[in-house]
Amino acid sequence: MQPKTTRRTVLTTASAALLTATSGLLVPARAAGLAPTPTMRGGANNYRPGAPIVERIGGGGFWMSGTVRRAGDGAPLPNRRIQIWAHTTEGHERDAHSHGATLTDADGVFRLEMPQIVPAFGQPHGHLAYDDDAEFRTVFLRPIMPSASDTSLAVDFVLEPV
Amino acid sequence: MTVSTRHNRKAAQNKALLGLAVLSIAAAFYVAATSPLLQWRDPIYVTGGFAGVLALALLLIQPLLAGGRLAGISAVRSRYLHRWVGGGLVVAVLAHVGALWITSPPDVIDALLFVSPTPFAVWGVLAMWAIFAAAALAAFRKRLPFHIWRGAHMALAVITVSGSVLHAVLIEGTMGVMSKAVLCGCVLFATALVIAERHGWLRH
Repeated sequence: MQPKTTRRTVLTTASAALLTATSGLLVPARAAGLAPTPTMRGGANNYRPGAPIVERIGGGGFWMSGTVRRAGDGAPLPNRRIQIWAHTTEGHERDAHSHGATLTDADGVFRLEMPQIVPAFGQPHGHLAYDDDAEFRTVFLRPIMPSASDTSLAVDFVLEPV
Repeated sequence: MTVSTRHNRKAAQNKALLGLAVLSIAAAFYVAATSPLLQWRDPIYVTGGFAGVLALALLLIQPLLAGGRLAGISAVRSRYLHRWVGGGLVVAVLAHVGALWITSPPDVIDALLFVSPTPFAVWGVLAMWAIFAAAALAAFRKRLPFHIWRGAHMALAVITVSGSVLHAVLIEGTMGVMSKAVLCGCVLFATALVIAERHGWLRH
């Protein structure tokens, strides 16, 4: 039994070290006020720059919504372009027709109808980007739906001024 | 217990193990093949998924062959088949990763670089390298002292099995929750049984 225990100990320690090093648990302390939303790992996967602003992506049936605010004071940011894509009932993430963009309203709220998101690569998830990078830094998000049967997903952006 | 009673009991166990393997693998494939998710996937993505299911199924056959625990297969034939199934595992894993790469390159690159946002990717990649290492080691087994070869091969097999099971159960994909849990349970049980027998941990 003794050698097995040693092997297992080595494995456990290695896995723990790997997880600590890669999980991003170590973040620097931030100044007071609303902290900016960090880009999520894998958020930019299958991103297509310059997706057109659309009324709706495909046939719709699923609602992606959220808010866009400024870091620090939390002021809503109107007229900001948010790009959205996902693996849906109508296409893969890489397909151009799975991508679309919308603008936030006067209250910094966006809302875009798209086809139902279905689990892909092991998780039901969407992708969102704020990619203008003019006044605020680019942010890529990859939120996971609590349940694959959900028909909406809300995602909030807090942008960091450049 | 006489030698022949022990022999009969082992033969009965081997029949039960064969039945368990056939049923759990058939159930896993049936549920995956009828998954609603398939209708929204390209053929290459479907292929990648099934290559993963096949790899998990082979992972159940593999320890049973190593331990000569499948009814109707002689010890010599078991050892021979173990090599072929090992090669099949490598091919299935390559097909799994390759087809997923074609489906969504950035997601697979993230996984291979251990920076994937998905918690199961790291276990799958770990298991993949352990399978490759176990296969590579098998190619050099005659040049290694027997106990070193067997210890290392078993250690890699344990990493492969643990990694693959964690990888599979954390994924929300075409495999059904129940049939996947049963197949994973069988894989863990078969691996533990054969390793315990090889080390003489089980009393008759």
